Amino acid sequence: MSDRMSKAKDTLPEQPSDIGKTVGNVRSANPYVVAENVNVYYGDNHAIKNVSLEIGTKEVIALIGPSGCGKSTFLRCLNRMNDSIENARVSGHISLAGTDIYSKDLDPVALRARVGMVFQKPNPFPKSIYDNVAYGPRIHGLAANRAELDNIVHTSLERAGLLKEVIDRLDEPGTGLSGGQQQRLCIARTIAVDPDVILMDEPCSALDPIATARIEDLMYELSEDYAIVIVTHSMQQAARVSQRVAYFHLGSLVEVDETNRIFTNPRHRLTEDYITGRIG
Amino acid sequence: MQGNTLILILAATSVVAFFMGRARSLKLAGAPRIRGALHSLPGYYGYFTAIWCLLPALLVLSLWLSLESRLIIALLVEQLPAAQQALSAGELNLLLNNIQNLANGDAISGTADAMLQDAASRYSSYMIASRRLLAVVTLAVAGIGGVLAWRRVHPALRARNKVEQIVLVLLVAASSIAILTTIGIVLSVVFEALRFFQKVPLSEFLFGLNWSPQTAIRADQVGSSGSFGALPLFAGTLLITSIAMVVAVPVGLMTAIYLAEYSSRAVRAAAKPLLEILAGIPTVVYGFFAALTVAPWVRRAGEALGLEVASESALAAGLVMGVMIIPLVSSLTDDAINAVPSAMRDGALGLGSTRSETMRKVILPAALPGIVGGVLLAISRAIGETMIVVMAAGLAANLTANPFAAVTTVTVQIVTLLVGDQEFDSAKTLAAFALGLMLFTVTLSLNVVGLRVVRKYREQYE
Repeated sequence: MSDRMSKAKDTLPEQPSDIGKTVGNVRSANPYVVAENVNVYYGDNHAIKNVSLEIGTKEVIALIGPSGCGKSTFLRCLNRMNDSIENARVSGHISLAGTDIYSKDLDPVALRARVGMVFQKPNPFPKSIYDNVAYGPRIHGLAANRAELDNIVHTSLERAGLLKEVIDRLDEPGTGLSGGQQQRLCIARTIAVDPDVILMDEPCSALDPIATARIEDLMYELSEDYAIVIVTHSMQQAARVSQRVAYFHLGSLVEVDETNRIFTNPRHRLTEDYITGRIG
Repeated sequence: MQGNTLILILAATSVVAFFMGRARSLKLAGAPRIRGALHSLPGYYGYFTAIWCLLPALLVLSLWLSLESRLIIALLVEQLPAAQQALSAGELNLLLNNIQNLANGDAISGTADAMLQDAASRYSSYMIASRRLLAVVTLAVAGIGGVLAWRRVHPALRARNKVEQIVLVLLVAASSIAILTTIGIVLSVVFEALRFFQKVPLSEFLFGLNWSPQTAIRADQVGSSGSFGALPLFAGTLLITSIAMVVAVPVGLMTAIYLAEYSSRAVRAAAKPLLEILAGIPTVVYGFFAALTVAPWVRRAGEALGLEVASESALAAGLVMGVMIIPLVSSLTDDAINAVPSAMRDGALGLGSTRSETMRKVILPAALPGIVGGVLLAISRAIGETMIVVMAAGLAANLTANPFAAVTTVTVQIVTLLVGDQEFDSAKTLAAFALGLMLFTVTLSLNVVGLRVVRKYREQYE
């Protein structure tokens, strides 16, 4: 850990605890996900360096930072998607509503039902629109009969703002939709499982501005019910959708604060350099 | 002059031509070299000169060699005494053979009389003269071609374009060899099969229930009915292929699923090459494994269960063929599974699917067309397989669905029809071509369907 943030060392406040090395406030008033001292290694590569962060209930938090800074890696720690990478190793402590998600007793499959994920590129399954949304409820046994399943599918599509566009063609393949519709289908598929947290890994980077605007509206509506963690390269997007912003740099969490404050009055020099376009 | 020496000299000449052409281009461009002084790199002028030196000479050489013997023989026949010229075509041929053999110092049939000696010495002198003339003409063509090309070397000459054009022609020629060979094989099989169908009606061949291809060579020969109903052969092929697929498809599929999704990197690194070794074993080795190890084992196992098992059974051949095909099925399935975008896998895992749910509900359905294509290719491989069935399945053309009985397949019958001394225009040997044509049609259509399915599936994610 000696060389961590070597570039930024001179500007960091000298405090004993690791949390103190992040500027701003990593705490949340009403924490739902709590990450303490998380480190991730890919083989010898130290990808996440001692990151601590709390994510509040029904809060939208944006993770920003230059490419390769570890924001997606951190996101994937929260639903243990890094498990499937062979040489990845995670240390530290992450809990979800008080449950340690890296404990040996915890089934990652059950965890992922509570922490949904939307990916960078829309990835509907090569199945019908209906089956795409019904996939999660089916594998988790959320519907007792066809009527309940229909209900879940319709509600989820409705909440994802897609129902009107696809109501007549639920039997057609999901891969036949446009990019923006596909991404909303993926969001519908995620909320059909009724998670507590939704992770979004650059959900709009493959979409045009109009589709992006629709997804952003959707995020705003969804934040009434879910905690949303969004990784984004667009600072405008972060400013529009999030209540808090976390700035990552070279695997370290540099600064966390209210969105307004980060964009108007960043405290750390690296954050300022990034949001003013000097790095990244 | 020997042909080999001539070719060596030609090669040496063209090497010289290369350096002369290159040197001339450099000289004409002048020193110091200016950018753009030469249209192409100096080497291209060298190649240009060398090609013009070599190609026309080689063309003359090959034309000469292909026409030479015909011309000399025509000359020889013209100078033979009238009595010999009046011989029938077959006898004349024999005589000419004798003359050539005598000239080459080989054994001849009959005695070497004065007429034969005379003709042989004339043949030798013609040959020597022809070869001398050939050497002179070829070298002259090479020299003239080289010099003309050398004189054409000029900074403005587009040597690179010309050389690349010739290379393109060579590439096209090389690839047409494979295509033309295929067409040739198909045509020869089709024409021989048509001759067969003139002797045996198509309906009898396709729907006849009795296969007994022994035809009488002499009129008084007994036990040679000569019936050509191919149905038992196709039934046997179908039976053995089905047994093979029953073994290969589930085992290959599960192997691929394990290797693609569950195995650790170390296991995969070890298992993949081992499977490839299995694919590399010659089928004749599988054949004697089937005949000497598996067939007796099947027989003993059957007897222990109170079943009557022939010592050569469809089951033994089918089992071993299935094992042989496992690597094919597993590697094609592995490819199909790996071609499913990892976004699908992530999406399913992210929704909380277990690995097996991800596999069953998302990855396998997405990979299904590729898997089906692979299985079709495996079936066509099984249908065309010969050695294992020759050795382990027997020769009896039984029309049966009993896997413990001896059966025979199309490929085995083609082998037995063409092995040994045969009249080549009898219905028996021609039947082999008809069978080959049928087999070819079946495997070709399976391959076409298989490849089309695989291709359609590949496009789906691009």
